Amino acid sequence: MNEANRSGIIQGATGEWEMVIGLEVHAQVKSNAKLFSGAATEFGGEPNNHVSLVDAAMPGMLPVINRECVRQAVRTGLAIGAKINKFSIFDRKNYFYADLPQGYQISQFKQPVVGEGCLTIELKDGSTKEIGIERLHLEQDAGKSLHDQHPDLTYVDLNRSGVALMEIVSMPDMRTPEEAGAYVRKLRTILRYIGSCDGNMEEGSMRADVNVSVRRAGAELGTRCEIKNVNSIRFIMQAIRYEAQRQVDILEDGGTIEQQTRLYDPGKGETRAMRSKEEAHDYRYFPDPDLLPLEFDDDFINEARESLPELPDVRKARLEETLGLNAYNASLLVAEKENADYYEALLSAFEGLTGKPATELATTAANWVTGDFFGLLNKAGKSVSESPVGPEAGAGLLALVADGTISGRTAKDVFEIMFETGKAADVIVDEQGLKQVSDQGELEAIIARIIADNPGQVEQYKGGKDKLFGFFVGQVMKATGGKANPKLVNELLRGTLDK
Amino acid sequence: MSVDKNTVVKIAHLARIGVEDKNLDAMTAELNNILAWIEQLNEVDTEGVEPMTSAVETKLRWRQDEVTDGGKSEDILKNAPESECGFFAVPKVLE
Repeated sequence: MNEANRSGIIQGATGEWEMVIGLEVHAQVKSNAKLFSGAATEFGGEPNNHVSLVDAAMPGMLPVINRECVRQAVRTGLAIGAKINKFSIFDRKNYFYADLPQGYQISQFKQPVVGEGCLTIELKDGSTKEIGIERLHLEQDAGKSLHDQHPDLTYVDLNRSGVALMEIVSMPDMRTPEEAGAYVRKLRTILRYIGSCDGNMEEGSMRADVNVSVRRAGAELGTRCEIKNVNSIRFIMQAIRYEAQRQVDILEDGGTIEQQTRLYDPGKGETRAMRSKEEAHDYRYFPDPDLLPLEFDDDFINEARESLPELPDVRKARLEETLGLNAYNASLLVAEKENADYYEALLSAFEGLTGKPATELATTAANWVTGDFFGLLNKAGKSVSESPVGPEAGAGLLALVADGTISGRTAKDVFEIMFETGKAADVIVDEQGLKQVSDQGELEAIIARIIADNPGQVEQYKGGKDKLFGFFVGQVMKATGGKANPKLVNELLRGTLDK
Repeated sequence: MSVDKNTVVKIAHLARIGVEDKNLDAMTAELNNILAWIEQLNEVDTEGVEPMTSAVETKLRWRQDEVTDGGKSEDILKNAPESECGFFAVPKVLE
């Protein structure tokens, strides 16, 4: 990847080109049952087992909307600051495919349930940018086709058929692959915070169609190509880079861009045209005669609003402003709701154990959570919720450091044992005799002996060889098996040697 | 509004309905008759009238988010011309 591509400006032979990117994210709504039927949304399972006669489009079946799916769409709309439409329409989007038994997808076309909104993304250099959201609408997922199980046949599983999706359409406001990546990450964070989608891109519960075009800076929008169904943030960014460069190459050779649907092949790192021209889609949308308009009142919206947790941007601001955390720590902590929940639970327990105000402990706790704690979790491949060390246990460890029972260095070792055994910090410290020596008399006696044993070094130190101070600290640590309270050792040594 | 023969061919293809060439002229004329008939509705002044969504005063029914259906793959597959290993089996779809 060269610098030009990272910035979103492509240097061509004839001048500079700018990328213009818009995303349509499909997010599976977290619900027990499907959008219009009572079949389960559960992932996996025996083929065609989570299918009702409605999902299989048997004649005479009628769709009945799932309240929870509407509620989650409204909550999501509120979380991205969007206009909620109390009146919206379901339309049929007509096309033929083996895994679409109805011959149409029930979707929303002209009047979606959620209108314009906005998302603030954060970039690596710390700057922020607002990305407009055009709309959010509810629609049905299709079934799944397996093309590689039989030489002449395609197998079709309808378990996903009819599962509710939210399609969230951005404005063409992104100019670099990095911005597109940050947008998807931010959207996923919000969906996971409010629990309207699990955001699991590997299982396909979140995927994106990526629209890419290029133009001369400030010129009219160019013709776009749509890259369908990209299922990871890394692939989205790679696909954009490849596609933008492909378009620039065509334009610089005097060609024109054909509006196309393309696929990204992660193995080859390239996009290729998906459907031939005569198959170009003409969806012939029309209002679904089986469904009356979707209507709800202000009470329904207010209830949805009240059910929202503190959103990541607000939480980040609170951690920075009321607890004094730096932006870096705050971003790391709010990226996942469970991370921030863990941190705040730990901080509150830490407060209880030490009796000190949260503002005084906040940064110590944040450094530990984002440092030692995340470090060991990453190494073990575990998420915060799977951590064998809960927030109270973590606070117990930090409290031992705070009151001088153990040193920060010892705390790292104790934490590793906690992580392996699930034992409490104070138990481990007792069992292994790790309590640091903070007894002044005991340390003074040790220091006196060391000074008596090393007259040469004492003389050199007093003669100006300051570096030898470290030698004396080392000797005390050696004599105490590393358990001497380093702060106290420093003080006592200074008192003895520098007088 | 009216349609020509090419449009009829296109619509038939989109709807996956086979129309023989010899029937195209008749089909085009028939569709144009229907369109002309419906077009009479344009004579009615609908200024300020909300689109009608139902013939009776009724609202969309909602269901609770409960799993009440499924577990009937045999029924689901019963009418399929071909099925294998619990899947519908259809002629290979090539992308």
